[in-house]
Amino acid sequence: MLCQRCKKQSATVHLTEIINAEKREKHLCEKCAAEEGVTMKQHIPLNELLTSFLVAQAGAQEIANLTCPECGMTFVEYRNHGLLGCPHDYDAFEKALTPLIQHAHEGGTHHVGKVPRHRAGTATRQTELLRLRRELNAAVQREDYERAAELRDRIQTLESQ
Amino acid sequence: MTIDDLTTRSGQWLSGGPLSEIVISSRVRLARNLAGFPFLSKATEAQRREIEHLLGEKIGSIDLGHETFYVDIARSSELDRQVLVERHLISRQHAEGEGHRGVILSTTEEFALMVNEEDHLRLQALRGGFQLEDAWKEIDRIDSALEEKIDYAFHDRFGYLTACPTNVGTGIRVSVMLHLPALKLTNELEKVMRAARDMHLAVRGLYGEGTEATGDFYQISNQTTLGKSEEEIIAEFKDRVIPRIVEYETLARETLVRERPVALDDKIWRAYGVLENARAVSSEETLFLLSHLRMGVSLGRIDRLKLDTVNRLFLLTQPGHLQKIHGSPLDGEQRSIARAEFIRRTLVSNN
Repeated sequence: MLCQRCKKQSATVHLTEIINAEKREKHLCEKCAAEEGVTMKQHIPLNELLTSFLVAQAGAQEIANLTCPECGMTFVEYRNHGLLGCPHDYDAFEKALTPLIQHAHEGGTHHVGKVPRHRAGTATRQTELLRLRRELNAAVQREDYERAAELRDRIQTLESQ
Repeated sequence: MTIDDLTTRSGQWLSGGPLSEIVISSRVRLARNLAGFPFLSKATEAQRREIEHLLGEKIGSIDLGHETFYVDIARSSELDRQVLVERHLISRQHAEGEGHRGVILSTTEEFALMVNEEDHLRLQALRGGFQLEDAWKEIDRIDSALEEKIDYAFHDRFGYLTACPTNVGTGIRVSVMLHLPALKLTNELEKVMRAARDMHLAVRGLYGEGTEATGDFYQISNQTTLGKSEEEIIAEFKDRVIPRIVEYETLARETLVRERPVALDDKIWRAYGVLENARAVSSEETLFLLSHLRMGVSLGRIDRLKLDTVNRLFLLTQPGHLQKIHGSPLDGEQRSIARAEFIRRTLVSNN
């Protein structure tokens, strides 16, 4: 197929535009495409990717309603901001995140790199710390300083273990 | 050491090094978060302060191998933050962010540890030219030393946990800044860029995410951080991706010299002529002209200038640096005049 514009080069850029429900097709060579300001969109924003995944998945509603018990972030909230709320989200949203992570990392699903040599922090202990810090915030907010002091002590004990 | 001390000298990322005719700089960054704290999107201001304090204390207690200083970004002036961005020591996002945040800098500018950027900690090492291995070794060493002191958020399956899942796993971002004027002039650039993207690499402009490629500078970086080891990712860049692009650019430069020497010299000397004589010049035009000048110097088509002088001009003619050197704030028009004057003076004193 020849380029519609210069009618010399072969068309390598194929574009479908939908304007007011009217479908139009363009077939251009690279040079004409560049001159017409057609740029190839290379990076699909994460949010768009995620939305398309969600739509494609059965039980999308169930996934959208996922909430992390530790930081209170919902999956929809994450989808809108693109950033997770706490480390526990990776477990709370694991099912929904896995296809997304896989797509972003050329199919990678498991870490194979460096591992901290010093790994006192088991998953349960890390989650416990998150929970204590959340309670501490709440205590400070309602000005319950006795409870706050108690929580601070527990955080310190846990951290020094 | 203060930011003012940095502003008159050339940055680490423009300091020369192997293959520096084409490879401007090599950078390796690691994203880390503290275990037991929420990520920053859910952290309170008090927690941000606690993280900043804790990291400052722990980093202060390890042997970094260099003299360092801390910049409290939240309390820094806009101009100081701009200077740090122009020197590639902090990201734009960090400069424009909110809340308690800062950066620990080595006085040699070989590493920068950003606190409370998108993740609790972002460790990056920077080297002039093609020195990825060196950058990785240094940042790996600091990361390992720090790991003895603190618990990072780490997951058996997903590795180092990051606020954005696109960084999860190793948390590594390898970036190489390239100067590719000949590929641009010979219209071969788009092919190279497409090939890079096919290899799941990101291609960005001078200042990272969302910036245009100006002055024919391109930043190539990995996007995959999970399912490959740090060494594999570095090796891919070191042994395959970058040598290939350098080879293409070299070939394109040779082709220009062989087949279009007059057109090539015309571009180079016109750039020189404008820079030597202009009375007002925008930063965009400066980048464009300096790019041609830099190619001319690298190819030995112009022998009255050193590559280092051109590199210094790239950095010091940017808005933040220009105002620092001038000693007072300047609006856009005043900057154009000050920039032209600074360039003229530099070129004359190097003749």
